[in-house]
Amino acid sequence: MNAIEVDRLSRKFGAFTAVDDVSFTVQQGEIFGFLGSNGAGKSTTIRMLCGLLRPTSGRARVGGVDVAGDPEGVKRRIGYMSQRFSLYELLTVDQNITFWAGLYGLDRTRLARRREFVLDMAGLRGREHTLARDLSSGWRQRLALGCAVLHEPPILFLDEPTGGVDPLSRRQFWRLIDRLSADGVTVLVTTHYLDEAERCHRVALIHGGRLAAIGTVDEVKSIFAGRPIIEVRAEQPVAAMSALDAMPEVEKTSLFGMAVHAVLRTRALSIEELRTRLRAQGITVETIDAVPPSLEDVFLDVVDKAQNARPSGGAAA
Amino acid sequence: MRSILAVTRKELRQIRRDRRTLLIMAFVPALFLLVFGYALNFDVRHVALAVEDRDASPESRSLVSAFVNSGYFDFVAAVHSGEAAERLLDRNDARAVLVIPEGFGRTVTTGGTAPVQVIVNGDNANTATAVIGYATSILQTASAGLPGAASVQRLPVTMEPRVWYNPELRSPLFLVPGLIAYLTMLMSVTSTALSIVREKESGTIEQIRMAPVRTFPFILGKTLPYFVISLLSAALVFLASQALFGLPMRGNWLTLTGMLSIYLLGALATGLLVSTIAETQQVAFQIALLVSLLPTLMLSGFIFPIASMPAFLQGVTHVVPARYFLIGLRGIVLKGTGAFQLLPEFGALATYAIVVLGLASLRLARERA
Repeated sequence: MNAIEVDRLSRKFGAFTAVDDVSFTVQQGEIFGFLGSNGAGKSTTIRMLCGLLRPTSGRARVGGVDVAGDPEGVKRRIGYMSQRFSLYELLTVDQNITFWAGLYGLDRTRLARRREFVLDMAGLRGREHTLARDLSSGWRQRLALGCAVLHEPPILFLDEPTGGVDPLSRRQFWRLIDRLSADGVTVLVTTHYLDEAERCHRVALIHGGRLAAIGTVDEVKSIFAGRPIIEVRAEQPVAAMSALDAMPEVEKTSLFGMAVHAVLRTRALSIEELRTRLRAQGITVETIDAVPPSLEDVFLDVVDKAQNARPSGGAAA
Repeated sequence: MRSILAVTRKELRQIRRDRRTLLIMAFVPALFLLVFGYALNFDVRHVALAVEDRDASPESRSLVSAFVNSGYFDFVAAVHSGEAAERLLDRNDARAVLVIPEGFGRTVTTGGTAPVQVIVNGDNANTATAVIGYATSILQTASAGLPGAASVQRLPVTMEPRVWYNPELRSPLFLVPGLIAYLTMLMSVTSTALSIVREKESGTIEQIRMAPVRTFPFILGKTLPYFVISLLSAALVFLASQALFGLPMRGNWLTLTGMLSIYLLGALATGLLVSTIAETQQVAFQIALLVSLLPTLMLSGFIFPIASMPAFLQGVTHVVPARYFLIGLRGIVLKGTGAFQLLPEFGALATYAIVVLGLASLRLARERA
C-alpha cells in the first residue's frame, strides 16, 4: 500500500505558483527525500500533506485519508518535526513529553510506555528533569523527534530536521530514522544536505515548484548516463574552466571547491586527450579523473535544464 | 478536554518558571496602586501662603490664623512689599499671597467693608480654582463673626450642598476603581498577547497546528490560566485598596465578580486579537500597550470626565470597555448599585467581548487556510 499518494497537486498564492502540478507516491516504510533549494516549494508541499494548507488543485492522500477532505484525520496519522525543534524551553524533558502526549490524547498507561521509548531512543535517560533550553542541539533534536512520534504515527514528516546540528549528532539522528523506517514508519524528509539525501531510499528533486527528478539515488544519477563527468584540479582553476568551456565536446563546467567538474557530451574524448589539450593551453593540470556523479551534480544539472526550458526565469529562487 | 488540560498545565508550568513575567504580574499592580493611589491626588492641601499684612492689628492677625488653621494653607513667609511677594511667587516658594491693607482692623470693627487681596499662581488652573474656592469660604466664615455682618442683606435662597457616596470628596475613592480597570486591562491584554506570540516566535505554534487539536480548545487552554491570574490580581488590588485607601464595598460581591469576569473576557479577547496581528513579542507588547493603556487611561472616565470631551472623542469612548466597567465598578462599590440597574453596562461589555472574540477567531481561521 502507498502511504502517501500525491496527484497533480498545486498551490498558488495569488499570482505566484509555489507548487506546480506535482505527483508522486511514497511506499510504506520508505525514507523519501525531498530535495530542493530554499523556496523551491518543499515546505508548501509538506504543509499541504499535513492538512495545514488547502491545495489549490489536485489531490493528495496521506495514510489513505484525503488531505483536503479530512485534514484532522490526516493530523492524527502523522508526526511532524521541523528544524526549529518545537520544544518548550522552560519545560523539562519530562514535561515536554507529557505535554505533547496530552495534546495527542495519550492515556496514562500509553504515556508511561511511550515515555520510556522516547527517553531510550533519544538517550535522555537521567536528564528527565533538565530544562529543554539547557540541552545541546543534538539532544533537543532527538527529543523533538521523540515528541513527534509519541503517538506512534505511521507517517512522519521531517522538515529540514538537521539544521544547526553538529555532524556527529546528525549521524545519530539518521540512525534513528533508519530504525523507525525498519519498524514500518514512512518518513518524508526535506533537506538541502545532499549527503543526507544519499541515505534516502528514494529522492525527489523539486525546483521552481515543479518535480524535476524522482527515483532512487542511482536512478536520478542516471541522467548522466553517456555524459561522463571529469574532475580537473589545476593551478589556475578559472583558466582551466574557460579552456574546457571552449571545447566542443564539453557540455558545461562548474566549480566544486577548487576543482572543476566538466560534463562531456560523449565518451569518445579520453582523459589523456583532455590533459594534452589543457597542457597545450598552458594550464598546469594537477589531477584529472573521471568521477561518478554526485547528487550535487544531479541537482545543478536539473536546475540548469529547468532554467533552459523556461528562459523567462519565472521560477522564484 | 484532555488537550485543554494539557495546554493549561503546560502554560502554568511555563509561567511558574518564567520569573520575570511572574514578577511583573505580581509587582506591577502593587506598584501602580501605590503610585497612583498616593501621588495622583487632586485634593489641594498645604498651599504655600505668603502674607503681606500692612495693618498688623489683632483683626488682621486673626484673619491670617483663619487661613492657616483651615488646614488648606501653610504659612511660609511674611512679606512687607509687593516686590517681595512677587519674588516668592516667581520662585514658586509661595502659591498664594494674602494682602491685608492698612486700616483693615479699624474698618471692620466699625462695621465697614474692607477689601482683602488674594493673589493666586494660576499656572495650574485646577489648583488655582481650588485655592480661590478655599479662600472665598474662609473669608465668608471670618466675615460672619464681624460687626458689619449684621448689616449685610441676607439672601432669600441659600445652597447647602451635600455630597453623597464620597462626602469628603477624596480622590482615591474616585480613582481606585479606575485603577483596577486600568491594571486588569493592561495585564491581561499584554500577558495573553505575549504568551501566544512567544509560541509564534519559537515555532511551537506551528507544531501545535500539526497536531489534531482544534484552535478553540488550544486558545481556551492557553487563556484559562491568564484569566484566573488576572482575576486573582484584580482581587488583590481591590483588597489592598480597601486596606490602604478605605475603599468601601456597598454592593454585591457576585455582581462585582460577574462584571469583572466579562470585562476580563473582553481584555483576553483583545490580547488574542493583538497576537494575530503581531509576529514578534516586541511588536505585540507595543500594540498591547497602545490598545489597552491609552484608551483605558484617557477615554474611560478614569481621570478625565467623558462629559467634558469633544463630541468626537465622546463617540470613541463608546468602544472602550473600561468606560462601562468603570460605571459598573464605581456603582457597585461606592453606591451599592444592583445588577439589574447595570444591565446596559453588562450588555455593552458582553458585546465588546463577543465582537473582539469573533474578530480574533476570523483572523485565526485565516492564518490556518
